[in-house]
Amino acid sequence: MKQLLVFIRKEFYHVFRDRRTLLIMFGLPVAQILLFGYALTSEVKNAHIIISDQSRDANTTRIINKIKSSVYFITEEKTLAGEEIDAAFRKGVVRCVVIFPPQFGEDLQHKGKANVQIVADGADPNTAKTIINYLTAILGDYQQSLAVGANAPPGIVPQLRMLYNPEGNGSLNFIPGVIALIFMIVCSTLTSVSIVREKELGTMEILLVSPFNPIMVLISKAIPFLVLSLVNFTFILVLSVGFLDIAIKGSMLLLFGESTLFIITCLSVGLLISNIANSQQAAMLLSMMGMMLPTLLLTGFLYPLDNMPYVLQLLSNVVPARWYYLIVKAVMLKGLGFSYVWKETLVLVGMTTALLSLALLKFKTRLS
Amino acid sequence: MAEQVIICKELTKRFGDFLAVDKISFEVSRGEIFGFLGANGAGKTTAMRILCGLSYPTSGTATVAGFDVYKQQESIKRNIGYMSQKFSLYENLTILENIEFYGGVYGLSRKTIRERSDELITQLGLQQESRKLVGELPLGWKQKLAFSVAIFHRPQIVFLDEPTGGVDPVTRRQFWDMIYAAAAAGITVFVTTHYMDEAEYCNRVTIMVDGRIEALDAPQALKARFQANNMEEVFYQLARGAKRSSD
Amino acid sequence: MNSVILEGVTKTYNEGKVHAVDNVSLQVKSGELFGLIGPDGAGKTSIFRILTTLLLADKGTASVQGLDVVKDYRKIRDKIGYMPGKFSLYQDLTVKENLTFFATLFGTTIAENYEVIKDIYDQIKPFNDRRAGKLSGGMKQKLALCCALIHKPEVLFLDEPTTGVDVVSRREFWDILNRLKAQGITIMVSTPYMDEAILCERIALIQEGSIMQVDTPDQIIQSYPVRLYAAKADDIYKLVQDFRTLDTVDSCYAFGEYLHLTMKADKPGDEAALLQFAQAHGHKGLEVKAIEPGIEDTFIRLMNRKTQTDG
Repeated sequence: MKQLLVFIRKEFYHVFRDRRTLLIMFGLPVAQILLFGYALTSEVKNAHIIISDQSRDANTTRIINKIKSSVYFITEEKTLAGEEIDAAFRKGVVRCVVIFPPQFGEDLQHKGKANVQIVADGADPNTAKTIINYLTAILGDYQQSLAVGANAPPGIVPQLRMLYNPEGNGSLNFIPGVIALIFMIVCSTLTSVSIVREKELGTMEILLVSPFNPIMVLISKAIPFLVLSLVNFTFILVLSVGFLDIAIKGSMLLLFGESTLFIITCLSVGLLISNIANSQQAAMLLSMMGMMLPTLLLTGFLYPLDNMPYVLQLLSNVVPARWYYLIVKAVMLKGLGFSYVWKETLVLVGMTTALLSLALLKFKTRLS
Repeated sequence: MAEQVIICKELTKRFGDFLAVDKISFEVSRGEIFGFLGANGAGKTTAMRILCGLSYPTSGTATVAGFDVYKQQESIKRNIGYMSQKFSLYENLTILENIEFYGGVYGLSRKTIRERSDELITQLGLQQESRKLVGELPLGWKQKLAFSVAIFHRPQIVFLDEPTGGVDPVTRRQFWDMIYAAAAAGITVFVTTHYMDEAEYCNRVTIMVDGRIEALDAPQALKARFQANNMEEVFYQLARGAKRSSD
Repeated sequence: MNSVILEGVTKTYNEGKVHAVDNVSLQVKSGELFGLIGPDGAGKTSIFRILTTLLLADKGTASVQGLDVVKDYRKIRDKIGYMPGKFSLYQDLTVKENLTFFATLFGTTIAENYEVIKDIYDQIKPFNDRRAGKLSGGMKQKLALCCALIHKPEVLFLDEPTTGVDVVSRREFWDILNRLKAQGITIMVSTPYMDEAILCERIALIQEGSIMQVDTPDQIIQSYPVRLYAAKADDIYKLVQDFRTLDTVDSCYAFGEYLHLTMKADKPGDEAALLQFAQAHGHKGLEVKAIEPGIEDTFIRLMNRKTQTDG
């Protein structure tokens, strides 16, 4: 037991005396939170749109006023012809052009149906989609108000409301993803690098030759990173609440419990990598390519999984971060309890058990 | 008096408070085998880096192959060869590919490269192995090949940093035969070593202690002066008092 | 009693293509200072790793203190101290931290076995709070030795402890080894420096995975089968070339300031004949004399014979 404690203390010395490790450990979360929280959100605010009203009647005026009053848009009224639309988009400022054709008002009055043209900048499909959704909602809203005024039979009126993120706060979805990413980096990369470094130094030979159980070597390597990751997790939560105004809705205990589970998954991956790699660079490369990329791409926080080819969707099932992402989203953002996430938790437990057993089995008590 | 290809005057290199090289002065003549000895951390590597045009001195003057170490580093690099125990050749390239690569780095023409590499491979007796990967060669062969590559562009001076570390005694001697041949062909050889018997093979030897040159003479003369039987004794007497040492 | 026994040990790499250790049998007596002498790639490190239970041999058996390296590897690990070849300690930990760590790892404390390391530790104690990365080469080596000794091992394995270390530190290190031997610790040490062979009680000369000779340094020197001559002249390089053209000369190589020569068949008057030959080739400052061979001469002779029989 004393050996274990001394070993763990040594690992902490390594971490605290290495500026690079410290920077990755604590600089990275800050950078990621800022990056994802502010710069990379898919939320639309102050999108520049041009409205070309060729009908100029009471209906269009009312609709345009409605659009203008929305916080999402900066509107400009201008009559544009075909090439001019193109030119406006090319400049890159305008996100969307709404065109009311000359016969719009008449059509609406007499046929109860009119066309409106919405042209959006597809170069940024996420933003374009969001803008179109907002505009469609505004138009639909107006149509309803007309119907009510005309005393039409009340049908089923779909009411759109953005659940869990009523303010359209885009950083929300990123936070669980960022957390998963950081655990992947800290636990998998740093753990594997720190073990491989011992191989490079030649100290691994001594550790193996010592009467200290080789499995304990792994455990002593893993524990400091587990502790540091939990500290890191707290740090990220504080940052999220403090800077990004995110409220944590679910149980803290559950959140920390699930996170500990995922950290152990990541640690197992790190241990597994350290078995294969013989140099720090190799360990780094393996964990970056093998773990970071799938975490970034196949977790669903940067790119929605639904839009992906079926094969990639299938593949995403074996990425542990994907399941953790679902759990954190449910617990942290929706305030759901364990009964809602037990399936995902079970998947993670299964994965962790498999990875950890593999890592321990593969760990060599000799050099070859 | 033979032509001097390395001239150092009060060459000094300071890292902060630390005087790595402390006013060293010496001259090396063309075709000389010049042994550069010193305890770990005596400043050998630092001095050698300056002479190879890899780092600037803090003060003092030095010319290598007639070029100034402050202003003409590029010209120096073109006129020297370098080989160390650690730096060898690309293990995953064949012998021929390695030679072609280094020939190309020094801007030799394809024709020259082909002629010289044929000659070199015949000399080393590697005709059978020329298309083998360097990684498959035994260590001794690698070192011999590395030396041949270092002088492939016919430099005026070749710097050898512990070229024979860990090499077996027979190959070590074959290596020194090659050094002698190079020197006879007019290439100046500047060599560091931990094997004290190799110090005896040099025309002249310097021994550095704590950044300064404590002795500079022919091995014979040094042994006479220190009343020692061999160079190891001389080295021991001088380096024993060293204050600093590091890797 | 034998402390270390190797019998017919073979270890290959790359699916049998590289013979790192080739049918090696050796015995190291209890309390002996035994040297494994050979160049890089001779198989020294593989032998050490097999004995320290880090590597499994393909063939043959080995034991340390009567314990089998495969079956009883756990028990062996309690009894041995090991300093690997490129061992460099934790650079970011201080001297004291390194030592404490290894002491605890081996289930002991610095205080408990203080007398074992006292001699060596006293020399580095002033730098207790300095990080290992900032120590000089010689000091690092002493610290590494302390770490290998801290649990009072019965057998100490040192893989090339003096490689890359200057003459002064090397001498100090060998003094330390002799004092450890006096404490009754069996020491097996490897080195590529032939001049260090003489400092061991018994040595094994190893080349390309096989043992060429095992004996005391004195015996090895005495078993040198032919007479050895040393020669020198003002132009020593030319002298080598000239002697190599002489039919009666078997081998001729540089050795320090002299050349060493052996004849194909020893006969009286060889010295004079060599001198005459050199004079005839216009050499000045000539000297030719019969000398005692050293370990390196033996090694060279054995190596040349081996390549002759192999090829």
